[in-house]
This record gives sequence, C-alpha cells and structure tokens, in this order.
Amino acid sequence: MAYEIRVNGRRHAVDLPGDMPLLWVLRDALGLTGTKYGCGVAACGACTVHVDGEAVRSCQLPLVEAAGHEIVTIEGIGSPEALSLLQEAWLAHQVAQCGYCQPGQIMQAAALLAANPDPSDAEIDAAMAGNLCRCGTYPRIRAAIRSAAGLMKEKG
Amino acid sequence: MGRLGRITRRSFLVTSVAVAGGVALGVWQAKRELPNPLALDEGEAALNPWVVITSDGYTIVTPRAEMGQGVHTTLAALVAEELEVPWEEIRTIHGPAARAYFNGALLRAAVPWPGYEITGWKEWLADATFVLPKMLGLQVTGGSTSMLDGFDKMRLAGAAARETLKTAAARRWGLEREDVRAENGKVIAPDGRAIPYFDLAVQAADIDPPSDLVLKPRSEWRYLGHAMPRVDMVPKITGRATFGIDVRLPGMKFATVRRNPRLGGRMRDHDPAPALAMPGVEKVIALDDGVVVVADNTWLAMQAARAIPIEWEDSPHPPTTSAQIARLEAAFDAEPDSVMRDDGDAVAAIARAPTEKVIEAEYRVPWLAHATMEPMNATALLEEDVLTIWAPNQAPTLIRAKAAALAGVPEDRVEVHTTYLGGGFGRRAETDFALIAVEAAKALPGVPVQVTWSREEDMTHDFYRPAAMARMKGVVNEDGIAAFYGRVSAPALGRQAGRRLSGIASPGPDRMIVEGMFDQPYGIPDYRVEGYAADLDIPVGFWRSVGNSCNGFFHESFIDELALAAGRDPMELRIELVRRVHEPSARVLEAVAEMSGWGGPKESGVGRGVAFTHSFGTPVAQVIEVGRSGEGIRLLRAWIACDPGIALDPLNVEAQMISGMVYGLSAAIFGEIGFEDGAVIQSNFPDYEALRLPQMPTVEVRILESGRPLGGIGEPGTPPSMPALANAVFDLTGQRIRTLPLGKALSFA
Ligand code: FES
Ligand code: FES
Repeated sequence: MAYEIRVNGRRHAVDLPGDMPLLWVLRDALGLTGTKYGCGVAACGACTVHVDGEAVRSCQLPLVEAAGHEIVTIEGIGSPEALSLLQEAWLAHQVAQCGYCQPGQIMQAAALLAANPDPSDAEIDAAMAGNLCRCGTYPRIRAAIRSAAGLMKEKG
Repeated sequence: MGRLGRITRRSFLVTSVAVAGGVALGVWQAKRELPNPLALDEGEAALNPWVVITSDGYTIVTPRAEMGQGVHTTLAALVAEELEVPWEEIRTIHGPAARAYFNGALLRAAVPWPGYEITGWKEWLADATFVLPKMLGLQVTGGSTSMLDGFDKMRLAGAAARETLKTAAARRWGLEREDVRAENGKVIAPDGRAIPYFDLAVQAADIDPPSDLVLKPRSEWRYLGHAMPRVDMVPKITGRATFGIDVRLPGMKFATVRRNPRLGGRMRDHDPAPALAMPGVEKVIALDDGVVVVADNTWLAMQAARAIPIEWEDSPHPPTTSAQIARLEAAFDAEPDSVMRDDGDAVAAIARAPTEKVIEAEYRVPWLAHATMEPMNATALLEEDVLTIWAPNQAPTLIRAKAAALAGVPEDRVEVHTTYLGGGFGRRAETDFALIAVEAAKALPGVPVQVTWSREEDMTHDFYRPAAMARMKGVVNEDGIAAFYGRVSAPALGRQAGRRLSGIASPGPDRMIVEGMFDQPYGIPDYRVEGYAADLDIPVGFWRSVGNSCNGFFHESFIDELALAAGRDPMELRIELVRRVHEPSARVLEAVAEMSGWGGPKESGVGRGVAFTHSFGTPVAQVIEVGRSGEGIRLLRAWIACDPGIALDPLNVEAQMISGMVYGLSAAIFGEIGFEDGAVIQSNFPDYEALRLPQMPTVEVRILESGRPLGGIGEPGTPPSMPALANAVFDLTGQRIRTLPLGKALSFA
C-alpha cells in the first residue's frame, strides 16, 4: 500500500509495507542517509528524527504511524552552506569524532532546546541519556548544547 | 562516487611523477619508488600520490582511514604546512588501496623492547621494520602509528610539491628556484609578480623534486601545533558525510548476513523458501557458515534472514565462558610462551622474602566486543573481471588481496574505496565484512550489493578482545616494591591475527599477551613478566590498545596493591619508581598529581585512583574520582596527563585522550562478552552497555611535549582508565575488585 509522508517539507509517496520502520524508509527508499542505524531497538539514539517537533527513534516508528506527520531529519535542520545555530555550536566546539552518532545527537539536542531553551545540566543529562557515543564526545556535546542555549538567549 | 571515484575510476594508470615520500624513507637502500595510483581528469595535476591540485583547491589524498581520530585533519595539516596553502582550500579524500600508501611505522611496535627504550641501535633496528610494510604495501590504519609514519613523509610530500611549483614558476620567469618564494597558494617573484599554484601544476608534475628539501622548524609552524578545524566536521554534523552504510549506487540492492551463532561452526542445512516467498526478496546466498539475503531494502533483508530455518553445526571452541576460563587457567601449567622482562631475580626474591611481605593476587578480564557505532557493512560490485568495493575499513590493501583471490580476479582489477568509518577501534582492520559483500557480488554479477549487518550479527560475530587472566606476586618493603612477578595467560592474538590477515604465523613469543605488562618503565630491582599462550582459538582481534587493555589493568591494579601494602602513597611511589627509568613518564605522573590536587585534602565520601601506562610511545597518567549516590557509585572528575612527544593538534590530542578513556571506562564498568552453547550471549546495547552522557565525569587534559620520537594518541588513553577506576573504587569502598567488569560487583549510577 502507498503512504504519503512529509520529510523536510517535501511530500513523498512510498509504496512500502506499513510496518517498515521509518528509519529504513528514509535511508533505503528516500536516500536520506543522514539518519543512522545503530541498534534497531531504541537503545542508541543514532536514528533520532523529529516528528512534529519531538525527538523520536525512527527505528521504532512504523511507516503507517509516520504518515501524516511532519518529519524532519538531520538533512532538514541545516546544510553545510547554512548551518543551524546548534550546528554552529557543534562546529565551534569541534564535537564530532567518527561522526556516526552525531546526527542523532544533534536532533536530540535540537528537540531539547526547542522545548526548553535554557536547560539545566541535569536536564541536558536526562535528555541526552538515550544517545550513545562510542567515541566519547560527551564533554563537547554538553559544551555545545550550553553554548547554543546561550546564543539562543542572546538572539532572544 | 565522489572525487576519489573520478580520480581513480579509469584505471590504475601510473603517472610519471615522482613519489616525494621516497625521500623520507632513506633509512635503507631499497629506495625504489612506488607507482602513483592516482589517475586524473583533464586539468588536474597530481604532484605526488598525496597532493592533487585543481582549480578549486587542494586535495590531500590521505593514506589512513578517518575513523574519528582526526587523522585526516592532521595529515592534511602536515602537507599544508609545507605546501603553503590556505587551510580553507584544503580537502581530503581517502586514498585508494595502493602500495604507495604503506604504513611504514606499523610493525615498529612489534620489536621486542619497551617503547620507551627504543633509542640508539634499537632505534636503528626499529626503523628497519619500516622496510617490511613497504615491501608488502601494508596500507593499514592501526597501532596509533599514523603520525609516526606520516610526520616526515607528509611534510616532505608538501615540501616536494612546493619546490616543484617554485621551479616551474622560476623557469617561466627565467629565474632560479632560490629566487622565488611560495606563499598562500602562489609562487611570488622578487618583484612581486605572482602565479597561482594551479597555473603551474601541470608543469610542476613533470619536474623532479630536489633532494635538498628542508622542512620548517617548529617555530615557523602555522598549522601544526595548533588546533585546526577538522576537515570532516561540517559534513559530519550535517548528515552529509558518507559512511560505508550510506553508499548509494544506481541499481544497488540491500542485503544482510546471518551466520552461525556458534562461533566457527558451519551451516548444515537451510531452507531459503520462506525468505524467497517475501515480496522484494531477491536472493538467498548460502555461505559455509550462514546466508546472505539480498532484497529491496535492508529491513526486509533482515526480516527475511530471520525467517530462514537453519540447522547449525556446533562450535569447535569450548562452548561456555567457564570452559574457556579453564583453558586460561590450564595455560599456566605449561611452559611460558615468553619471558619478556627479567630484571634481577624475582622468583628468588619472592622465595626468600618473609611471607608477610609477599603479596599475591589474581585478576581477570573478559572478552570484549568493539561495538563500533556503525555496524559492519560493505558494498561490492563485480563487473566481468573488475571488482569494486566500498567499505569503511582500516586495511584496504589486505582487503584488495583477499577479495581478488575470492572473486578470482587479478589484484589490479580490484578497487577499494574507503568511506568514512563509523568507529574502527581495530575491528575494521579485519577483512571479513568486505569478503561477505564480495560473496554477494559474485552471486549477482553486474549488481552492486550492500551488505549491512544487524547490530546483533555485529556483536555476536566480532573478533573479540581476548579474555585474559594474571597471577601476580610481589614483595614489599619499607621503601616500596622490591619484587614484581607477573604471569599473564591469554589467547595468542598476535599469532592468530597474523595467520588470518597475512597468512604468516609469526614465529617467536607473542608480544600481545604481555604488552602493557612487560614494557612499563618502572625501576623495580627484581622484575619478571611471563606470558602464557592459552589453547583457545576463539576469533580475537585488535581492540583499542590491544594487549595493553588487559595488562594495563593487571599491572596498575597490582602496583596499587603493592604500594598500599608497603604503606606508601600510590602516586608518590609510582613517580619514584618510574623516574628511575624514564623521566618523561615521571613528569606525566607529576602533572596529573598536580592537576588533581593529589595528596591534598579530599572531600569526604570521595575516592580517588591513579594509574599509568606507557603504550604506543605515549605515557599517559590518569586520576579518576568517584563518589556515592543513591543509585550507586558515580564518576565525578577525571584528569589526564600525556606526552605524545609533539602535540601536532592539541585539541585533537585532548579529544583522543578523553575518547580513549571513555572507551576504557565503558569496558571497566559494563563490558563483558560471555558464551553459552558456543554462542555469544550479548547481542545489542541493552546487554552490552557503554558509558552515556549523564555518567560522564568532567575531564581535564594536560599535554606535555618531550619531543621526538612521536607517540600515538588514539589508543594510549584506554589502558590506564580501567585500573584508575578500580583503584578509585578501592579508595572509596575498601573493596579490591580484581575481575572486570566492575559493574558485576558493584552498582554504578
Ligand atoms: S537505531 Fe534506533 S535507537 Fe538505535
Ligand atoms: S562520534 Fe563516533 S560514535 Fe559518536
């Protein structure tokens, strides 16, 4: 059966099974490979996207449930030519190492800051606990989130 | 396919240009130049295998794999520093599989002496180990050797290119090379006229570089020694970086693999029908030990693979963790495989010491998986007799040789494209993931096939960090440690991996069993280390810091036990003993003591531990502080001091030190792979946890620089983290935990 999904503001008609996780629809059908597969069981956060502005593990979201919602992936929140403010902070702090977990980290952090522009350290910890980084970039992730929050405050 | 595709696509045509790197390698006579593997489009000029100049900038072809360690940025900075080009115009790509990109330093670590002792004639001999990788064309990223190999080579590549550009410009102006200078991507004449490099590149490519290349002194460095923006940062934070799993080719099929969970066992029988009945499933390919399922998408392939009824044979290995540990224990009853340290007479010293002065302890560490964030994968395409492989890998020339043999095509018809690696940690120095993709490509000629492993498949079919155990004895006196006698039993990783990767079973003792134990710069009068090779052939591999990851824990936990038994402060005693042998190592200990305020007043309810390891040429000392919370022990703060000789990029050294420590702490608290019925028990992150952001202590890093030889940075942060934490836990709780992971004995918040 064909489903219609909206990703990064674009509509796509996809003829795939309704129980196929959004992760694989994005990666293998739509060619949006920025969203990563890490575990498939909601344990790593590499596949995090926004669904109606909330951070969601796309490996757990069946296509049938994704249809009709506004989906944003890492490709949709900034580009190399026009980084989002959060990505600017990520760049300034030189966060990424291997980089594989980073799209998920950034999507998770973006959702946090959208809901809570001035998170406490404990709130940052809680929001980011589901996103593994095997390279151990955690201190710079913390720093980048804090400085992005600061920048957002400045900009009002 | 990207730039590399364009550059190498048409062939492996050899261009006539000189290989500047040859100049760097004058240690031996075999200075034969290796062919430049780059074939170029019209208007591009390759000045040597590392530098390509185009109208829109400079591409540094990096011979090493970028797996997070920042190697592309620092290798590019080495070239750019001498080439005199603006940083913003630098790009990097992974070089193709080619002999010219051999890692000369790879086997340096194989010499049978401690790293801190490689001076004088030993240095000469260690340099001679550079010959073998060159002859074999070993293009491997591993052993924390990229800078040791590349420091001169890449700078000379930049300098050679610069001088040929200067010569080309000087000829045009009727001047001598000495009259002109290079600056910011241009050659400039004394009267101020300037020609951009690009306009000179084609002529420059025909000019032999001079033999009198002079490298800049450190005082003139603009890029090296400074924190450079990583060349891979923007693509990685915008989701545009192409990892192996992201390769997309026209007509590509998606596949997965499912192999016998009983390691080493074969497949007896299977029924592909249920998989083939699923719409979108293309093919089920039978392997010796499992199946590859090819479909329209990865998810479907994974579903279909699970749907296949398969009868598996048993594993040839001892089937349970306890049966395996019994083999580790049994190894102690045989002759030692090695005695790589034997100062004084430790055995006699222990025999004559009063019993209350003799300390004994037994330690154990489990098997570990690498758990790279990006699961194993590779993509392959076989067209007639041309095989193309795209893979996140650390050893492209090994893959090329094995893939050629498997596909039955000549090696020069195999192209290996290295993508970004979503973590390597040694796992991707293997070739299995690429060869499975080649199997799939063979079954579907003309069709590119990407084989992505499920996390479960990845974790249950790793080349594991060896399980190991140590039986330690020591003698203490009022000064500290009088004797140290360490015996380590582990599978012979060096022999197994050598056989697997090169077909050569290296003769002689297996250094990897005892590295991190025999080669530590402690001045202990009676000091003996024996290695025992356990009769266990479970697939083992290089796990970040390799043998040091086991022995760092054994050695440094026991040093702590001895220090405390002698009534000495573990930090002070370490500094004292290490200073007798290696001053730079004593300094990193002093630095970490100062940073952490060691010995000063400590808050109550807080425990601290120190540990020190010299590995991959870099001494690293760490102090870890822990406290209690409602949910268990909490990591509070950590301090790291290291001395890599020269900090080529201080911000990256800091990142790697922290990264190595986190990798070790994850293992220390959670990491354990166990076996039941010949199969690995753990299969995904819920049962193979790693440190997460809320558990991350604050960390401070200090980098000391004692000069050359250069040490590595990717691995040396790992070994001391585990004993530092165990020592801190002891300080806090009085509980000496001698078996990892610590999380089995205590809960951690
Ligand atoms: S892949 Fe979805 S949480 Fe790991
Ligand atoms: S940057 Fe490598 S896993 Fe996070």
